[in-house]
Parts: sequence; structure tokens; C-alpha cells
Amino acid sequence: MSFLTLDRVSHHYFSKDSYTKALDNISFSLKEGEFISLLGPSGCGKSTILSIIAGIFRQTDGQVLLEKKPINESELAIGYMLQQDYLFPWKTILNNVLLGPKIHNKNVEKLKPTALELLKEVGLEGVENSHPASLSGGMRQRAALVRTLINDPKILLLDEPFSALDYQTKLKLEDLVGKLLKAYHKTAILVTHDIGEAIAMSDRILVMGANPGTIAKTFEVPIELRNQLPLTVRKHPKYQILFDKIWEELEEKETEKGLRSHEK
Amino acid sequence: MKSDQHLFDNYQKSLKRERKIVLSWQLIILVAFIAIWEISSRMYLIDPLLFSSPSKIITSLFERFLNGSIFKHLSVTLFETIMGFIIGTIGGVILATMLWSSNRFSKIMDPYLVILNAMPKVALGPIIIVALGPGYLSIITMGFLVSVIITTLTVYSAFNEVDPNYEKVLTSFGATKGQRFKEAVFPATLPTIISMLKVNVGLSWVGVIVGEYLVSKEGLGYLIIYGFQVFDFTLVMSSLVIIAILAAIMYKVVERIESWLIKQST
Repeated sequence: MSFLTLDRVSHHYFSKDSYTKALDNISFSLKEGEFISLLGPSGCGKSTILSIIAGIFRQTDGQVLLEKKPINESELAIGYMLQQDYLFPWKTILNNVLLGPKIHNKNVEKLKPTALELLKEVGLEGVENSHPASLSGGMRQRAALVRTLINDPKILLLDEPFSALDYQTKLKLEDLVGKLLKAYHKTAILVTHDIGEAIAMSDRILVMGANPGTIAKTFEVPIELRNQLPLTVRKHPKYQILFDKIWEELEEKETEKGLRSHEK
Repeated sequence: MKSDQHLFDNYQKSLKRERKIVLSWQLIILVAFIAIWEISSRMYLIDPLLFSSPSKIITSLFERFLNGSIFKHLSVTLFETIMGFIIGTIGGVILATMLWSSNRFSKIMDPYLVILNAMPKVALGPIIIVALGPGYLSIITMGFLVSVIITTLTVYSAFNEVDPNYEKVLTSFGATKGQRFKEAVFPATLPTIISMLKVNVGLSWVGVIVGEYLVSKEGLGYLIIYGFQVFDFTLVMSSLVIIAILAAIMYKVVERIESWLIKQST
């Protein structure tokens, strides 16, 4: 059964004198517990897809269904992680983490032990009363992850959440997120321009083309790679094979685009 | 070899020395200013009738404080200024919040705000006095009018400059517009609002003193106009000295409040 379905979704950005078509006829669906990646060059509308699913704005055409209900009617919590942590600098880590429950008017006091437990799980013990400014980039992104997870989201949207981190921190965080998502059986969509990251983390990879954004090709990640942690996947021989295939596909897109703009 | 502690001590000493130098120069300027004023007044280099002299001002102030006549004027003006300041600042923040809450409202209000901002508010004085009567109310309204529009515009533009991603985070949690304001936009703008307080101290003084020029029977602005009319420039100067001192104290108090608020919010 499909959990999330995008059915012929298009999106336009309007300005006073012109419009741009950011997405054209995007259709795909996810099963519960599945992890997919949207991979593509910048400007291919991959972040737009996440914004639409998160309900930040509505698509101009087509349908997005979460458990067969339109996304704006769905009561299911959605977790959204951005390129930067966007922890609120004036709140302590604990209050940042408890922001979602507070918005939902839940009993925040009662959730404190859960929050501390989750913070401990991501290795952030003892910083709950610090402010974000005193934490490193990796720690902050982990706190942001906890802020997302505490709402028990049915689906996680990851918008290049590792791109602002240094390479080592990034790999470690990939492992952590991969482990947590598998443990809690979460459905997730990762947006990235990093081929390695897409292969390491997901079950399926949708390669996108730009102007307007379309889904060019879908790659299934071999079953041997799926249940491994990201760091292990990167050492697997099949990783390189898939990497090369996707690289080729993206290269082709690049040349096509080059030719097209040349004709113009 | 010098130890770390030694180097640090040296650095602290140099800081202290710098502070001493600055402080001494500040004192020198003050003393020189008063001395030159006093001497040139006594030697008739400036007309003592028009520019008075520090010694006359001090005597006059001393008398007025002794017989208590100054306190009435002082307290009236201070009350009006503080009221104008508070109402202007809070009113400005409320107006800015209304503009933020409705995009259409802000678009509709835009030309009116531009005109109100460009217009010299004190020019409205006579109309306000006719409308509200010659009394505290008119003067407080003047103090409020001078600061409210600029507060509105500054705070509103600060609201709009808040990183939209904070709101994005909240929207993904399903936050309402009110919750987004309370959790992200307002706290992020607090530093701007606090620094606006300092500007408004000065502005409220302008409004209140001009208001008192126009209408009142008491207050420091009244004393200045009265002194001017009866050619008692010692009284004018004395009032100016009191205003300068009060304004400086108020500014310092607001500065204290500012650092306290910043400490609270972090």
C-alpha cells in the first residue's frame, strides 16, 4: 500500500512580470518505512517538492496524498529538516526540542523525560540547558534532528541536512540518522546533490532533471546495500557500480542541457 | 620568558590606562567649557544678559531647589515624557504587529505611513491642542506622536527581516500565524525593539518640550518659554541644564533595562 503519493504534481513560481515552472508532472509514491532520495542539480525543484509535502505552500496543480488524504487535511505529523539547523538562538536546547509539542499544545512537562532520552540517544547528554550558539555544527544538527523526532513524525523530509557540515561529521550523522530511521521504521525523503549520500542512505533514488523539474530516472539501490549503515555501504563493491551509473545519468543530463542552451 | 598571567596583567593594565586617559579628557572638556563660559561672561566677551553664566545658573537652580518651586515643573515634564515614551513605543510595536499580521493591511497603509513619517509631527501641535484641550493629554499626545510612526516602521521592517526559515520550521509543525509571531518573529526582533527604546527617549523629549512651548502653564518647556518672554535667560539656561540631566538619566536607565532584557532573553 502506498503511504505517500504524488500524482501529477506541478508547481509554478509567479512574479509580477513572469513565471517559472519549477515542477512538471511529478508522480511517485512511497511505501511506509521506505527511504528515497531526490538527486539532482541545483534548481531542479527538489526542495520545492519537500516544501509542498511539508505544507509550507500548495502545489499549483496535481495532488499530494498522505494515507489517501490530501496533505492539508492529513493529521499526521511531518518532520522537516533544513540545510541548517535553525535552532532558535534565544531558546535552550531543551526548549528548542520541545518546540513542536508546545505548538501542538501538548503537555510539555510530561515530554521532558522523552526529550532528554532522545538527546542522550544522539549523544547530546548534558547540553539541554545550553544555548545553540555554544554547540558545534554537528551537535546543533543532531539537536535539530531530535526536535523533529520528538513529534513522532510519520514521514521525515530531509533537505540536504548534512550539506553544511564537514565531511567527517557528515558521515557520522548519516550513520546516526540511518540507524534511528531504521529503528523507528520511519518513512523518509532525502534531498541531496551528493550521489554517495543518496546511495548510502536510501532504498530508491529518483534522479531529477531541471527546468522544469522532472523525474528523469529511478534507480533501485541493491538489496545488499539497503540494510547497511551508510559508512559500510560506501565500502561495498556494488556502491561504486551504482555510483558510476548515476554519475553517467547526471552527466548526460548536463550535456543535454548544454546542447539545448547552445541551440538557443 | 614572560608568563601568560604576566602578559594578561599587562593587557589589563593597558585597558585601565586607556580608560583613565579618556576619562581625564572628558573632565578637561567639561571644566574648560564651564570656565570659558564663566570668564567670557564676566569679562563681557559675551552678553551676560543673553548667555547668563554658570555661577548664575547654579545659584538660580540652588534657590529653586531650596524653595521647591522647581519640583512641580520637573515632575510634570518627566511624567509627560515617560508617558509619551511608553505609549509611543508600545503603540508602535502594536501597530507594527498589525501590519505584519495582514499583508493587505500593510499594503493599504503604506502611503499613509510614508506621509505620516515624512511629516514633521510637531507641526500638528496646534491641531492637537484644539482637539484635546490645553493640558497633559495634548502634551503626552505630542510626545507619543513624535515616536510612534518611526517605531512602527522600524519594527515592522525588522519583523520582515527575520529569517523565513524559522517560520518554515514552525509551519512544518503546523503552527498558526499567531504562534509563528510569538515563537519566532517577536523574539528575533526583540533586540531591534530594545534599541528603539533608546531612540524614543530622545524623541519623546522633543515632543513634550514643544508641546509645553505651545500650551502649558507648567513644566520645563514652559519655564524656557516664560524665561524667554521675561528676558530671564538664566532661567532658560537652568531649565536646559535640568532637561539635559534628566534626559541623560532616562537614557542611562533605558540602557540598564536594555542590558537586563538582553540578559533575560538569552
